[in-house]
Amino acid sequence: MAKDIDIKQGIDWTTIWIYVALLIVGLMNIYAAVYNVDNPKPIFSLEHNAGRQILFMFVAFMLILVILFVDFKVYDTFAYIFYGIWIVVLIGTIFLGSDIKGSKSWIKFGSFSLQPAEFAKTFTVMALAKYLSTMGVNVSKLKYAFRASLFILIPPIIIILQKETGSALTFAALMIVFYREGLPGVYPALIISFIILLILALVFPNWAVVLGLALFGVLFWYLFLKRYERNKQNFQRILGLFILFSGFVLTVDFIINNVLAPHQQKRIKVLVNPDIDPLGAAWNVTQSKLAIGSGGVLGKGYLKGTQTKFDFVPEQSTDFIFCTVGEEWGFVGSFVLLGLYFILLTRLLSLAEKQKSKFARIYGYGVASIIFFHILVNIGMTVGLMPVIGIPLPFVSYGGSSLMSFTLLLFIFLKLDAHRSYKV
Amino acid sequence: MSCDFVLITFMLESRKPVILIFFYTIGVIYILRLFYLQILDTKYQSLGALNSIRREINIPLRGQIYDRNGKLIVANEEVYDVYVTPKKVYPFDTASFCNLFNITKGFLDSTLTAAREYSKDRPSLFLRQLTKEEYASVVDAMIQYPGFTFEQSFFRTYPGKTLANALGYIGEIPQKKFEEQEEEYYRKGDYIGLSGLEKYYENELRGIRGVKFTLMNVKGEEKGQYNEGKYDTMAVIGQNLYTSIDLELQQLADTLFKNKVGSVVAIEPSTGEILAMGSYPTYDPSLLSGKAFSKNYTVLSRNPDRPLNNRAISAFYRPGSTFKLVQAAIGLEMGVITPRTSFIGAPTMFAYHSGPYEAANLYNAIEKSSNPYFYNVFRKIIGNNSETSPYAQARVGLETWGEIVSKFGFGKKLGIDLPSETKGVLPDVKRYDKVYGKNQWKFSNIYSLSIGEGEYGVNVLKLGNLCATLANRGYWLTPHLVQKTGVNKENIRGIKVETHRTDISPRHFEEVVKGMGLVVSNGTGRSAQVEGIEVCGKTGTSQNKRGKDHAIFIAFAPKYKPKIAIAVVVENGGFGGTASAPICGLMIEQYLKGKVERLAYKEQVASTRWTTVAGSASRTTTTSTPAKTTN
Repeated sequence: MAKDIDIKQGIDWTTIWIYVALLIVGLMNIYAAVYNVDNPKPIFSLEHNAGRQILFMFVAFMLILVILFVDFKVYDTFAYIFYGIWIVVLIGTIFLGSDIKGSKSWIKFGSFSLQPAEFAKTFTVMALAKYLSTMGVNVSKLKYAFRASLFILIPPIIIILQKETGSALTFAALMIVFYREGLPGVYPALIISFIILLILALVFPNWAVVLGLALFGVLFWYLFLKRYERNKQNFQRILGLFILFSGFVLTVDFIINNVLAPHQQKRIKVLVNPDIDPLGAAWNVTQSKLAIGSGGVLGKGYLKGTQTKFDFVPEQSTDFIFCTVGEEWGFVGSFVLLGLYFILLTRLLSLAEKQKSKFARIYGYGVASIIFFHILVNIGMTVGLMPVIGIPLPFVSYGGSSLMSFTLLLFIFLKLDAHRSYKV
Repeated sequence: MSCDFVLITFMLESRKPVILIFFYTIGVIYILRLFYLQILDTKYQSLGALNSIRREINIPLRGQIYDRNGKLIVANEEVYDVYVTPKKVYPFDTASFCNLFNITKGFLDSTLTAAREYSKDRPSLFLRQLTKEEYASVVDAMIQYPGFTFEQSFFRTYPGKTLANALGYIGEIPQKKFEEQEEEYYRKGDYIGLSGLEKYYENELRGIRGVKFTLMNVKGEEKGQYNEGKYDTMAVIGQNLYTSIDLELQQLADTLFKNKVGSVVAIEPSTGEILAMGSYPTYDPSLLSGKAFSKNYTVLSRNPDRPLNNRAISAFYRPGSTFKLVQAAIGLEMGVITPRTSFIGAPTMFAYHSGPYEAANLYNAIEKSSNPYFYNVFRKIIGNNSETSPYAQARVGLETWGEIVSKFGFGKKLGIDLPSETKGVLPDVKRYDKVYGKNQWKFSNIYSLSIGEGEYGVNVLKLGNLCATLANRGYWLTPHLVQKTGVNKENIRGIKVETHRTDISPRHFEEVVKGMGLVVSNGTGRSAQVEGIEVCGKTGTSQNKRGKDHAIFIAFAPKYKPKIAIAVVVENGGFGGTASAPICGLMIEQYLKGKVERLAYKEQVASTRWTTVAGSASRTTTTSTPAKTTN
C-alpha cells in the first residue's frame, strides 16, 4: 500500500527543485514582461499576469498535495475512464466553449478560464501507458501500433476542431514513447531525420548541412560504435544513410524553388529569411529575434528589456516568454534555462528507466516527450528555427491551464516513481 | 524484425541513449542558434536597431568665430524647424494654413504624404528654418493645427560680412561623406562644415551632440527614459574659434579689391598668424547660409571668376621677381656673391631695364629688379660645384639649390589650418629629365628660374610666407588662422605651431632686406610707401599666357621688429609696383596706424579696375616658357 511509504523519502527531490526553479524563472520573467516602467506595480498585484500566476502557483501547490495523497494505483486502474471522461469534456468544449482569439477551446469559470485541451495530454499519456503495458500488446507489431496510435489521434482531432492547432500538434511527441516501447526505430528515425534535415536545409547553406552530416557520421563511427561493430557492413550502412540524407537536402532546395507555388515558397522562405516580409508574415519572428539578439552575452538586466515590453513582441508573457529571458538575461540566462530543461529531461528519462512497472515507465517517457516537444517548438519558434506555433513553454509561460496541466502531468509521474518498488 | 530494419538493430539494445542523444542534439542546435543570435550577430546589439528605443539627438549651437580683437565674424541665429506628426493631424483649412506659412497647396500635400509614408506616429521635418519673426507670426495660430510642432535650430550669420573664402560654409552632409563616416554620428540632412575653417575645425565647432534614449511602445507613444538615462549624453556646445584675423584689415582688403581679381595674405611674421586672407571676387557668406543655400550655391559655382575658390591657398602663380630675394639670400649664404658683387658687363640672356648700372651691386639689383644681375647670381649658384660637364654641373647645382629653396616652403604644403591648400610646384631635376632627357639639359635650359619665371607654381599664401621669412631674417612659423579654440576663456586650447628654419644666416637676410628697403624708398615699389613707417618690399610680375601679367607685391613693415608681412596678387594687373604695391601700403598703414589717413588715395586704389580674363589665374600652366622681362 502507498501509505507504507514515506512520501518525503520516496519522492524525487531533484525533479522538484528543478520544477521550483522553473516556476521562479517563469514568474520573474512574466513580471518583467508585463512590467511598466512608467507605472510599476508590485509583483503580487492581480491586475497583471505575474500576480495571477502567483495565484495559479498556489492552486498548483494544492493540486500537488492532492496528487501525492491519492493512491498511486488510481492512475493505472482508472486510466481509460479518465481518458473517456476527458474526450467527452473536449467534445463538449466545442459547443460550450467561449470564443477567445478565434478558438473555441476555453471554458469560463467566473473570471478564470480553463483550457481542457491542455489537460488532454496527461490523460492521453495515461491511457497510452495503460494500453501499451497490457499483457500481449507489442508495439513492434503493426496491429498493436495502429491501435495504440488511435489513443493519440482522437484528442488532437477534437482539439483541431476547437481551432487549437498548436496544442493538437504536441501529441506527435508521443511517437517517442512508441519508439521506446519497440516500434521499429527506422520510422521515427527517418521521419525525425527528414524533418531536421528539412529545417537545416532551409536555415543553412546546403554545403554546410552536407558537411555537418559527414561530421556526424564520423563522430558516430568513433564514439557510438564499439570496436567490433566498426565493420564493413556498418560502414556501408552509414555511407548509405549519408548519401540518402545528402540527396534529400539537395532535393529540398530544388523542390522549394521549382515545384512549390509562389505563395507556398514565401511561407517557407519567411521562416528562413524574415527580411522578405518583416512587417507582415514575419513580424513575430523578426521582433522575437530582435529581442533575443539584443540581449547579447549578459542581457540588459532584469526589468531593463525594451523589446519585450510595450507590445513589440506578441504574447510576451505567454508563448513568447523566452524572448524576455533572452533580452534581459542574455546568452548566459538562455543557456541556464535550456540547461535546466535538459537536466529535467535527463532526470525524467533515467527515472522512467528505473521503473519496475511498465505503466510507470511508459508514462514517464510520455511526460518527458511532451515536455521536450513544447521546448522544441516554443524556443525554436522564438529563435526563428520553427514556424510560429502557439504552445506554451512548460512551467515558465503565463497561464493557469498550462501550469496546472504540466504540474498534473509531472507530479503523477513523481507519485508513481515514489512507489516504484511496488510492482503493479 | 525484418532484415530491412537490420540497419538500426544495434539501437534496439538500448533506446534510452538514442532518445537522449536526440534531445541533446536539439539542445545543442538551440544553444548554437542562441550563440549566433546573441553573440556573433551584432546587428541586434546597437541601441539604434531597437525599435522600442527612440534616439533623440540634441544638436548644440555651433561654435562662433571671432577676430583677433574679439569681434564677432560668425555667429548663429536661432530659427525654428517645423515638424509634423501625421497621426496627430486633424483635417484643417488648408488654404489659410498655406497662407500662414506662405507655401503652396502642392508643397503641403506632397510633404504630408511623404511624412505619412515615413511614419504616422513619428515626427517628420515639414519646414526648415523659420526666423524668429516668422515663428512669432505663426505660433499663435498653431492651436488650430494639432500635429505640427516646432524644434529650435540655427543657421550661420556673418556680422563681419567678410572672409567668406577662408570661413567656408556648412551644408547638408553629402551622401558620400554620410556613408563613409566611421562612427555613425551624422544623420541624413545634418549640417556639416563643407569647406574652409568650417570644414577644418568641424570637430571643434560642432560640439558634442546630446543623445537621449526614450522608450516607446509599438504605437510610438513615449514610455519614459531608457535605463534611467544611463546611456543619455548631454549636448556640449561647440567650441569657438578665436582667429588671428584683424577684421578691419580684412574689410579694408575687401574694399581695395572691389574691382579686381586677385588675392591677399597678411601674416604676423613673429607668430605665423594670418591677419587677413582675401580671395577676390569673393561672395557674401550669408548667401550660403540657410534656406537659399542650394540656389545660391549653383549660381556661385557657375561664375567663371570662381568666387567659391580660395585663391590665397589654391591658385597657381609664378613668383616672378619676388623670387630674386631668395636667389640673393642663397647666393650670399653660398658665398658666390657678396653685397658688393657687380655683374656689369657680364654676359646675360636678359636685357637691362635701365642700363648696366642697375647691376652695380646687390642692393641696386634688388632695388631695380635687375634681371641680368640675378641671371648671373643663379648661374653662380648652379655652377657652385666641382662638376666639369655643364650637364652634370646643372644637375648637381639644381639639386643643392632646390634643397635650400624648399626650406622656404616652396613645393610643399605649409600646413595652414585650411583644407585644400596646394603644394605648388618647385621644379626639380626629375622634371627637367622628363622634358629634356636625363643629362640633356644645362644652365641655359633652366635660367628663367633665376628671376622667378619658368616652371614654378606658388599660391599667395606661399608668397606671404616668403615675405614673413624675410621679415624674420630666415625662419617662418606655420601660418595659421586660428589662435585658439574653446568654449570660454577658461578652457581655451592653443594651436600647435612649428618653426621652420631656412638655415641661411640672418646677416645675409639683413643685406636682402636692405635692398627691399630701397625698393620702396627709391625703386620699383615706391607706391607702397607709408608716411613714418619704413616699408620693405619687392615687386613681381607673374607671366600669364592668357592675358596681361599678374601683378605681385610683397612687403613687410616696420623694417625692424616687423609686425606685418603682406603678399598681394592682382590678376592681370600688369606691373606689381603699380597694381599691387598701393594695396600693400594701405594695408600696412591700416594695421600699424589703426586707420587709413589717405582716404582719397584709398578711394582711388579701390576704384582702379584691371581688365581680367575670367578664370585665368588658377589655370596658369607651369610649362616652360621663355622668360620675358620681369620686374
